[in-house]
Formats: sequence, C-alpha cells, structure tokens
Amino acid sequence: MKAIVTVLGKDKVGIIADVAIIMKEFGVNICDISQTLMQGYFTMIMLVDLETATVDFETLRKELAARGMEIGVDIRIQHQDLFDSMHKI
Amino acid sequence: MLETGDILETIRMVDDQNLDVRTITLSLSLLDCASSDGKEAEKKVYDKIMRRAGKLVQTGEKLSGELGIPIVNKRISVTPISIVGSPSGNYVGLAKVLDKAAKEIGVNFIGGYSALVHKSMTDAERAFLETIPEAISETDMVCSSVNVASTRSGINMDAVALMGKTVKELAERTRNDRAIGCAKFVVFANAVEDNPFMAGAFTGLGEGEATVNVGVSGPGVVAAALKACKGKDLTEIAEVIKRTAFKITRAGQLVGSKAAELLGAKFGIVDLSLAPTPAIGDSVAEILEVMGLSSVGGHGTTAALALLNDAVKKGGVMASSMVGGLSGAFIPVSEDAGMIRAARNGKLTLSKLEAMTAVCSVGLDMIAVPGDTSAETISAIIADECAIGVVNNKTTAVRLIPVPGGKVGDEVDFGGLLGSAPIMPVSDVDSSEFIRRGGIIPAPLHSLKN
Repeated sequence: MKAIVTVLGKDKVGIIADVAIIMKEFGVNICDISQTLMQGYFTMIMLVDLETATVDFETLRKELAARGMEIGVDIRIQHQDLFDSMHKI
Repeated sequence: MLETGDILETIRMVDDQNLDVRTITLSLSLLDCASSDGKEAEKKVYDKIMRRAGKLVQTGEKLSGELGIPIVNKRISVTPISIVGSPSGNYVGLAKVLDKAAKEIGVNFIGGYSALVHKSMTDAERAFLETIPEAISETDMVCSSVNVASTRSGINMDAVALMGKTVKELAERTRNDRAIGCAKFVVFANAVEDNPFMAGAFTGLGEGEATVNVGVSGPGVVAAALKACKGKDLTEIAEVIKRTAFKITRAGQLVGSKAAELLGAKFGIVDLSLAPTPAIGDSVAEILEVMGLSSVGGHGTTAALALLNDAVKKGGVMASSMVGGLSGAFIPVSEDAGMIRAARNGKLTLSKLEAMTAVCSVGLDMIAVPGDTSAETISAIIADECAIGVVNNKTTAVRLIPVPGGKVGDEVDFGGLLGSAPIMPVSDVDSSEFIRRGGIIPAPLHSLKN
C-alpha cells in the first residue's frame, strides 16, 4: 500500500534526517520526496510504500504523530487514494 | 507523484475548513424480518442489524484514520417499520430493539420508524402513526419519518392533519428534554429511498439488501474558496463552487466505496449535500454572505441559494458514479451558526425560509416555534411545504420543534450537532378549518407548466 506522509513545521537543521530515521525504524520505504520552504515553514511530502512496514497502519499513524511532536513537527500519514480521488479525474 | 499544492490544499480543507464526510449510512432491508409473532420479529430485526452492521463504527474509524478525513457520523437506516411490523402490530417493541442495536453498535442514529402514506393509509399504517410519539419518546437513537405527499399522488391532507398532532404530542412527551423528540421526526413530500441523512433516512422498498450511502459536507470549504473570489462575477462564483463540490464529492465517493467493500455491502449513492454544523466556519449561511449578502434572509437570499445549490450538484454529479439522496444545500436553522445569528437578529424569517426551500434541499428544518403553536398551524405549515415539493417535483420536509412553554425569542439548546435555536414567530392566522377538511389535494398537472 502506498501512502502520503506530510511533514509540516518550523524549519531547523536535521528534519529530513530525523524523519528518514523514523521511517527506517518502521520498515517504511521512501519512494519519492518533495520538500520546500513556504514562508519559513518546512513542508515535506513523501510518497512511501508500506509493503515492508513492521507495524499496522493505525500504529504507524500514531507513532509518527507522537515522534513528530518530539522533534517539533507535524507528521501525518494518509492513504494515497484520498489525494488521487480529489485531484485526479 | 502528486503536486505538493494539491496535497496541502486537501490538508487545509480538513484542518482549517471543516471538510468531513458527514455520514456513512448503512441502509439495511428488514423485509425478511417480518413475522406475525411480535417477539420473533424483534429477534430477527436485532440479529440482522447486529450481523450486517455490527462493524459499522469500527469500519468508519479505520477509514477515517487511513484517509485522514473525519467521518462524523455512522448511521443505520432500515425498511419502514410500518411495513416490517404490520403482521404483528408490535411497532413500539421493534423501535426499542432498533434503539438497543444502535446503542450496542455505537451509531448515533438509526432511521426507519417510518411510513409512506402519501395517497392513503391502511388501518395498520394508521395504528403505526399513532405509535410514533410513544416510540420516539421512549427511545434515544430512533428517528422517524412519514411521507405524506408526492408529485404523482398529491397531498394526503388526512395524514397532514394527523402529523400536526404527532409533532405536538412528541413535544409534550419530551418537554423535560427540550422537546428533543421533535428533532427526531420529519414529515416529507417526495421522500427519497436512499437518503443517508437523519432524521429522514429509511431504506426504500426499491433498495437492496445492504447498501452504503454517503452524505458529504463542506460548507466551510466552499466559503473559503469563495473568499478568494473578491470582485468576481456570479458566473465565476458558480464555476468555483462546481470545482470545489467536485473535490468534496470525490472524497465522499472514495469513503463510500471503501466502506461498502469492508462491510460486504453494495455502494449506493453519494448525497451531494452541503450539510452545515453549528461550528463556526461550517455554515451554508456564511457562503451566501460571502457572495455579497450582508445577512442571510435578506432579498437576494433565494437567488444566491439557488446558484449555490445548482453549482454543488453540477460539480458533484461528475465526481460520483451514483448520486442520489436529498442532494442539495441544507438549511437547518439550529445547526448552522449563520442561520442562528440571522434568526436571532430577525433578519431570517419563517416566510423567507419557506421561499428558500423551493430552491434547495430540504425544507423547514430544525426550526423552534412557540409552544402554543396549534397542531393545526403546524399541519398548515407542513401542507405549504408539501405544496412546494409536490408542484416543483422535489423533496421537501418539515422538522419543527414547538417548544412547550417557549416564547418568541427564547433560546433552545438541543446539544451537539443539533445545535441551538431562537424560537421564531409563526403567523397567528387561524388555518384550522382548512386543515380539518382532510381529504386529498390532487396531484398537479405535469403539462401546461407555466
């Protein structure tokens, strides 16, 4: 299953590294990354593959939210289908 | 890879603009649960609901977590109990079983304590209608609806007269709980069989075994999109609404089809609705005000609402494989912060609301009226709404709350999504002789349409 991970927060050194380590820890494969700064706000979108994930989706969602809090960013994961549905005809 | 802007737009819609799926409603046929033994019917109804809908709430929560979009309500609608219960006459017993099943499953409403009497009523249906106040006041989750008129058959004024009394009795029986019984009872013209919204959801006789119908929402998303349209003309406004409605509806379609798969049911329809909540920023009234009205209820409101309603449908139709239900902007007064404000200020009146119902879904909805409003006056209000629905070939409905002891200007708080409302004045003209005549207002001509 493919999912979209969104990371939003105040920019600082090492966010990508921190998030990548978390992904590795849960066996989540990063397929694509797009990252930018919007008015000083760190904004990263990742397409990830959960085929090799070591935990179920709900656990991963909660873990990412909690770990995001620790490093001071908002991390959420959502099924890719929602975005495909809303933005592709 | 998706565009970053598109992803962030969706997240903003959910976080800041109250985008949600308002309800996934599992529509269940109970036709195979009828029995001449009342206890046997109760057992069959309970077993079937628990078997088919037992996982509804956890399915909704799972989907909400995976997709990252709130699914506010999970609900069940069933075959009209006037039909399922007629062999035994154990209608109230079945209502209590529906209530029990709804509580155990964790849904917040179960609809279908209903009857279809738009042309005439059988002895069994008359007996059923008389049980509505008892059944609704003695249960918490059960919703009731009665169809009293249709474009094909006209308006059953005997039923209309009875419904005024039913509303009053419901108010009286639940007087210690803000007449909450009336919020769970709706009278329809041209009721639809696949409506996912309460209080009017029931499973029509043309429906299948188990079907998931979805109601979308998103007034806040439309209002936010229109706020970015300063200086644009109404043609462009309609275009923006269409594009926004498309996206909202796609989310509903996705949730509905996934829910159906998980529940082993068929996917039914997406109801293209803009359903408000009392939350700030989730108001249909606000959309009309963003279009340029200083308050909803003023002249121009009906035109603005007609534009909104039509554009929502045009945008939504292409976004979903199957569209149905009530499909239109809802204007429940107590459930919409903008409507509440306008009603409080005297800018929004019952007459204007009646005009608005001619161009949108659904009718005079969640309106608190004085406690001394007579049953005949309530029936007359129902008759007027039915006439609008029957002549214009659309669904209309009435859900009025005559608050016992309540006077014009008093505030009533129904709690939660039902919101709060100021008691609005009704006309003091006596219409009782008209209502007491009974009979049928014949179906209108379908030609000579001027």
